[in-house]
Amino acid sequence: MGKYLTGLLGWVDERFPLTANYKAHLSEYYAPKNFNFWYFFGSLALLVLVMQIITGIFLTMHYKPDADMAFASVEYIMRDVSWGWLIRYMHSTGASMFFVVVYLHMFRGLIYGSYRNPRELIWLFGVGIFLCLMGEAFFGYLLPWGQMSYWGAQVIINLFTSIPFVGPDVSLWLRGDYTVSDATLNRFFAFHVIALPLVLLGLVAAHLIALHEVGSNNPDGVEIKKHKDPVTHIPLDGIPFHPYYTVKDIVGVAVFLIVFSAIIFFAPEMGGYFLEANNFIPADPLKTPPHIAPVWYFTPYYSILRAVPPILNSQFPGVAAMGLSVVAFAFLPWLDRSPVKSIRYRGAQYKTWLTLFVVSFLILGYLGTEPSTIWGTFDAKAVIVGGADRATVVARIFTTVYFLFFVLMPWYTKIDKTKPVPERVTG
Amino acid sequence: MKKLLLVLGLLLPMLGMANEGAHLERAPIDPNNQASLQRGAQVFVNYCLSCHSAASMRYNRMTDIGLSNAQIKANLLFAGEKVGDTMTVAMQKKEAKAWFGAAPPDLSVEARARGADWLYGYLRSFYRDDTTSTGWNNAVFDKVAMPHVLWQLQGQQILKVEDKVNAHGVKTEVHTLVLDQPGSMSPAEYDATIADLVNYLVFMGEPAKSQRLQLGLIVLLFLGLLFVIAYYLKKEFWKDIH
Repeated sequence: MGKYLTGLLGWVDERFPLTANYKAHLSEYYAPKNFNFWYFFGSLALLVLVMQIITGIFLTMHYKPDADMAFASVEYIMRDVSWGWLIRYMHSTGASMFFVVVYLHMFRGLIYGSYRNPRELIWLFGVGIFLCLMGEAFFGYLLPWGQMSYWGAQVIINLFTSIPFVGPDVSLWLRGDYTVSDATLNRFFAFHVIALPLVLLGLVAAHLIALHEVGSNNPDGVEIKKHKDPVTHIPLDGIPFHPYYTVKDIVGVAVFLIVFSAIIFFAPEMGGYFLEANNFIPADPLKTPPHIAPVWYFTPYYSILRAVPPILNSQFPGVAAMGLSVVAFAFLPWLDRSPVKSIRYRGAQYKTWLTLFVVSFLILGYLGTEPSTIWGTFDAKAVIVGGADRATVVARIFTTVYFLFFVLMPWYTKIDKTKPVPERVTG
Repeated sequence: MKKLLLVLGLLLPMLGMANEGAHLERAPIDPNNQASLQRGAQVFVNYCLSCHSAASMRYNRMTDIGLSNAQIKANLLFAGEKVGDTMTVAMQKKEAKAWFGAAPPDLSVEARARGADWLYGYLRSFYRDDTTSTGWNNAVFDKVAMPHVLWQLQGQQILKVEDKVNAHGVKTEVHTLVLDQPGSMSPAEYDATIADLVNYLVFMGEPAKSQRLQLGLIVLLFLGLLFVIAYYLKKEFWKDIH
């Protein structure tokens, strides 16, 4: 039997680099041996991506991208399709968990300097993946055709109207109609199930190819390829990805699936944050809901949008700031001037700014879920802020901090007092 | 540990409940009480289903609350529907809009949109109001288009508005609903009937819920086992890495 299989494998290998690829990417891909907790989220993101694609395929078998039928077809899936409720909850929870995992994955990049030379392209592909993911989430959110789906899409598409000169045409082109309608639903379906997934998969492949070309960073931010065994040329601090990290990642997968399943089976709405109550009301173009808020993963950017005041009666500065707040990540490899990569050897400056950034992100995220009147207004007689919404002022402060993290980075990373970096990875 | 706290910190804001209408009374419903669900189904079919559809709900899904197909046919089907049909109504949306000012919404997932507490409060808060076209108003849903369909059961309430001065000398309007003419049920009986109805509406909002909760425990037990095995497998493999 063994001989027969080797024969088959040999036959394939002469025609397709199967064993060579298996070695290059798994059994002889050497990853640093000191990966910690933060290194689970890359493989978990891949897991969620696969789950979203598979559950998505099953959903498309029963979903109807038609304004008259979409809402009911989702309920049909929830009731009459065998295991439909499970598939739908996996997909809706998967969307939110994708962002949880990706945000933690990005945070790992920030603390260990994974975006630094020679990994700039990995990072850029990653930013591309993040943008694609936001598009996927936005287009997919319209499909259940509930009130929040409808009005969320209406608000976001209207934002494009504020772009100077081309704005109204761009939003008309996106919508395919003068208001969000059946035409919009149909094209969003096309974007969601084929256009963006294709781009996403391409970018994920590029992300991994670039990663395996230069090798993984690690919590010490040292290059393991600098110290190789003179005979085997294997990095001294590297271990084969398979079996070591495959068995380790299975542990991460098990823990993740426990959290994921706990949500799916016991709190699929997650208190209204993963599935909003308003979205159980069918879309009604004539009835605007009193409070329109995006899903939680968009709220930090939504807060930034609201925080920037209109200039010359134009919403565009807010829209531009929102776009910039996402794209800003792409510039990190060139903004960071620190001689060290990992937070372990950075000084107080970077640590302080990173903390401020995370705090801003969380506070902006919270404020984005609430109406801007949530904290009332300042006393009319107060200096500068008199009569303004408290929440808006707070959002403005943290929006400023958010951007200062990026803008000031070349300076605070340069003057920061760093610690000496070890030659080899530490435990 | 610090990392764990950080992750929890990131997840925590999601756990906060969106608390709309915090002053609503908690609906005394029990999804495991089949008798209550069956009574609720009966009220729903008798009183709601003439105007409100539940187009995603099939009659025979009520087998999930302990009714047999024969029982459903005998007690809950009136207009020649088949037991596998969905709960539709003959009333046209357009006509309904002309008659009431708003078409009665489909109630398939109403409980998921409004929440049980809101429904429980709403269905007990109708009062007489001569200024509206139906002669009814609602303390939870002001100027609602729906008349009080269950008035014969509850009786007629009126809204009492009093000015009260609190300890700080601030005058506030206090609204209370008072039963003016009793109906065929006592207030306690009526509340229990509404609780049954809301219980049923919640069931109808997600019929697979009980299956979901049961399966969830099995899945978590399985994953717990998978975690233990995966953990020791990893430990075994990593013995030689230092």
